[in-house]
Amino acid sequence: MVVTLERVPTVAPAVAMRGASVRFGERTLWDDLDLDVARGEFLAVLGPNGSGKTTLIRVLLGLLPLSRGEVRIGGAAPRRGSPTIGYVPQQKALDPDLPLRGRDLVGLGLDGHRLGVGLRGRRERRARVDAALASVGGTAYAHSPVGRLSGGEQQRLRVAQALVGDPDVLLCDEPLLSLDLAHQRTVTDLIDARRRDHDTAVLFVTHEINPVLPLVDRVLYLVDGRFRIGPPSEVMTSAVLSELYGTEVDVLRVRDRLVVVGADGRNGVHH
Amino acid sequence: MDRLFGFEGLGELLALGFVQNALIACAVLGVVAGALAPLIVSRGMAFAVHGTAELAFTGGAAALLIGVGVGLGAVAGAVVAGLVFGILGLRQRERDSVIGVVLAFGLGLGVLMLSLYSGRASNRFGLLTGSIVSVDSADLIVLAVVAVLVIAVLAVLYRPLLFASTDPDVAVARGVPVRALSLVFAVLVGLVTALAVPIVGAILVLSVMIAPGAAAARVTASPLVATVIAVAFAEIALVGGAILSLAPGLPVSGYVAALAFLLYVGCRVFARLRGRAAVA
Repeated sequence: MVVTLERVPTVAPAVAMRGASVRFGERTLWDDLDLDVARGEFLAVLGPNGSGKTTLIRVLLGLLPLSRGEVRIGGAAPRRGSPTIGYVPQQKALDPDLPLRGRDLVGLGLDGHRLGVGLRGRRERRARVDAALASVGGTAYAHSPVGRLSGGEQQRLRVAQALVGDPDVLLCDEPLLSLDLAHQRTVTDLIDARRRDHDTAVLFVTHEINPVLPLVDRVLYLVDGRFRIGPPSEVMTSAVLSELYGTEVDVLRVRDRLVVVGADGRNGVHH
Repeated sequence: MDRLFGFEGLGELLALGFVQNALIACAVLGVVAGALAPLIVSRGMAFAVHGTAELAFTGGAAALLIGVGVGLGAVAGAVVAGLVFGILGLRQRERDSVIGVVLAFGLGLGVLMLSLYSGRASNRFGLLTGSIVSVDSADLIVLAVVAVLVIAVLAVLYRPLLFASTDPDVAVARGVPVRALSLVFAVLVGLVTALAVPIVGAILVLSVMIAPGAAAARVTASPLVATVIAVAFAEIALVGGAILSLAPGLPVSGYVAALAFLLYVGCRVFARLRGRAAVA
C-alpha cells in the first residue's frame, strides 16, 4: 500500500512573530509577542504614544533588531529595503519648491534605494509608476511639484509610492493623521482595495480606530508592555481596555463609532 | 559703465594661456556645481555651503601662512567643515546654529592668519573674492580629477541621494543609509566648494553652488530637468562672467554673482508669469 501524505497547502503567514521582545535599556516596550498576520488581513495597531507601535513597524522594516524572539515576513527575516514591504508614512508638510514631481516620489518608492542613476529599464519603470499613479487616481497631478499638492493628494501619492513595488505587506504608520474626513476615507479605501485585490496584508498603526473600523479584521492593542490581540469586538471592550490600562476605561458604541473614555488623561488613553 | 563693460582686446586676451586655463576651470566647475545644486537646494543646505566656503577660506589662509598650496588648504578646510556639519548637526535647527558658530570661528581664524601672512597682498584678497589669474595648469589637473571623482560618486549614488535628499523619512524606511549619505554628500559639497573658492572667492561661492539650483527649482520640479538647467546656468554664470570680466580687468566674482542673480530673478519672473497664465 502506498501511503500518500496529503499535501496541506501551507501558505506562510505574511507576518509571523514568536516571543518577540524589544527593550531599550531597562525599558521593555513589549515582551513575548506572538503574532501572525495572514495574507489579506487588516490588522489595526493601537495604543497610546510610546507604547511601541512605531517600533513594531521599525522591526518589520528591518531597521531595528528584536531583543529576543523571532520575526518572519513572508517566511524570511526582515531586511532593509525589502521589495515585499510597502510603507505609508504620516502626512508631512513638504517644501513647496522641492524639485520633485508626484511621479518622482512614486518612482523613488520603486527603486530609490538602488545604486546608479537608473538608466536601464526606464520603459518598464515608467509603466509601473504610471500604473501605481492610476491606481490611486493620481495621474492628474503626476507632474505637479509634490510640495504644492494638498495633504490628501500627497497621501494618495504615498499610497502609490508604497504599492508601486507590488508588496505583500503594507505597513502604514498613522497615514490618516492631519487629513480631513473625506481624505481619510479616500486613503483607507485605496488601502482596502489593494488588500482585497492582491491579498496584501495590512498593518495599520493608528491612534484612532474609527476611520478604519469597518475594515479591521483584528486589533493589536499595546499599552505599557502589555498587549491584546483579537477582533475589535473582543478587544475594544471596557473590560479588556480597563485591564490593559490598569484603570477604569469605558468603551461606548455610538452608532457605528467607538468612543473610548479613560478615567483620566494621565494614562494616555487617546481616543 | 564703460569701466564695467568693455570688449576691447578681448580677442587677444582669449588667446592667452592663463585666460584659457581660467575658462576651462570655470567650465569644469560649472558642471560639478550645477550637478550638485538641485540636491543642495532640496536638502536646504545653502547656509551649510556658505559655512563650508568660509572654512575653505580658513584652510587656504592657513596653507598660505605655512607655505603649502592654497588649493590643498582650501580642500582640507572645506572637507573638514563638511564633515563637522554633517556629524554635529543632522537636524535642521541644530545644524544652523552649529554652522553659525563654526563659520564665525573659522572666519576669524582665517583673518588672523592672513594678517600674519607677509607675502603678496593679492594672494590674500584672492581667497575672499576670487581671481582667475590664479589658475595654473597644475590647478587644472586637480580640478579635473576632483570633478571626475565627484561626477563618478554622483553617478553611483544618485538615486539614493535623491531619495535621502527629498524624502528622508521614507528613504530610511526603505533601508537607504540616510546618515551615511549625508556625510558623503557633505564631502562632495566640500570638494566642489574648495574648487570654487580660488575662482569666485569664499564669500561668493553661493552664487555658483546655490543660485543655479534655486533658479532651476523655480521653473521645473523634475529632478533631471532641474539638474540640466542648473548646469547650464552655472556655465553661463561662470564662463560668461569670466569673459565679461576680462577686458575691464575687474574681479570675476562680481560678474559671476551678477549673472547668477539675474538668472535667478529671471526664473522667478518666468515662474510667476507662467503661474498667472495657468490660472487665467
